Amino acid sequence: MKTIVLKWLFLTISPCDAAEPWQLGSQDAATPIMQGIIDLHHDIFFFLILILVFVLWILVRALWHFHYKENAIPQRIVHGTTIEILRTIFPSLISMFIAIPSFALLYSMDEVVVDPAITIKAIGHQWYRTYEYSDYNSSDEQSLTFDSYMIPEEDLELGQSRLLEVDNRVVVPAKTHLRIIVTSADVPHSWAVPSSGVKCDAVPGRLNQISILVQREGVYYGQCSEICGTNHAFTPIVVEAVPRKDYGSRVSNQLIPQTGEA
Amino acid sequence: MEDEIELKTAPADFRFPTTNQTRHCFTRYIEFHRCTTAKGEDSSDCERFAKYYRALCPGEWVDKWNEQRETGTFPGPL
Repeated sequence: MKTIVLKWLFLTISPCDAAEPWQLGSQDAATPIMQGIIDLHHDIFFFLILILVFVLWILVRALWHFHYKENAIPQRIVHGTTIEILRTIFPSLISMFIAIPSFALLYSMDEVVVDPAITIKAIGHQWYRTYEYSDYNSSDEQSLTFDSYMIPEEDLELGQSRLLEVDNRVVVPAKTHLRIIVTSADVPHSWAVPSSGVKCDAVPGRLNQISILVQREGVYYGQCSEICGTNHAFTPIVVEAVPRKDYGSRVSNQLIPQTGEA
Repeated sequence: MEDEIELKTAPADFRFPTTNQTRHCFTRYIEFHRCTTAKGEDSSDCERFAKYYRALCPGEWVDKWNEQRETGTFPGPL
C-alpha cells in the first residue's frame, strides 16, 4: 500500500519525458529548441482557434438563416469589393503573424553560437543503436562504444516503461552544448527524442549533425522514427542527462574496462 | 580516474555550416593524412586533425578508409 502511494506521488510530480497513455499535448521541454517549438505551437494555436470559431460561426449562421424553408428565394450576390479586400488582407496579416515566430525559430535552430563541448555519434542498426564517444582516444580505436538494445517485456522491472527502456543509455552532461552525429550502418532510421525537440534521420553514408543543450537532468525517451524493418517499433532511445561533474566519472568508469579489453 | 575529463571536441567548421557533416568528417581525415605526409608520421601538429576526425567519423568508416589507404584504393586526394 505504502509503495503504491509513494509510486503515485512520485509519478504525479515528475516531468513528462516519455509518451504517456492518452497524451494530448507535447512532452515537457528539456532543451531551448523544444521550448521554442512549444511556444510556437501556442502562438499558432491562438490564431487557429480564432479562425476556427469564426468559420464555424459563419457556417452555422448560413445554414440556419438560409435554410430553404426559411428563405425560399436564394440571393444572387456576386460582388462585394469591401468584403473581398478585407478577406484578403486579414488572412495575409494572420499568416504574417504566424510566419514571424516560425521563421525566427527555424533559423535560430541552425545557428551555432557556441562550439559544442562533446560529440556523440548515434549509429542506427537493424535493430539496435550504437553510440560512440570518441573525443578522448589517442588512436583509431574508439574509447567508448556501446550498443543499446531495448529491454524485452519479460525482463522489465516494476516501474519501467514497456517498449521504451534500453540496457545502455546515452549518458550526456546537462547544461552542455552537445553535437550529436546521426547515421546508420544499414537502412535509414531516425533518432528522435521528443522532449528534447530532436528528430534526425539516420541515413547510411551520411552524417547528420544536431546541436542540443539539455537544460535539466533527467531521463528522456524516444523511439525510432523511420521504418527500418521488422523491429522498427522495438528500437527505442534513452538519453540520460547527468550533472556535468558526474559525467566525467561516468565516462571514465566506462573507459577503464573498455581500454582494458582493447 | 581522478583527473577531470576535459570536454573538448571538433569545433564547428564554417566551411560546413549545414546539417550534413559527411564532407566535414572526410575533409578532416584527409587533412590529417596530408599533414602526416608533409610533416612526418609522428608530428604532434597533426594530432589536432586526428582528434577532429576521430570525433566526427564513425569508427567503421575510419577502419574502411584505413584499409583502402593500405590497398591504395582510397578515393580521396591524400
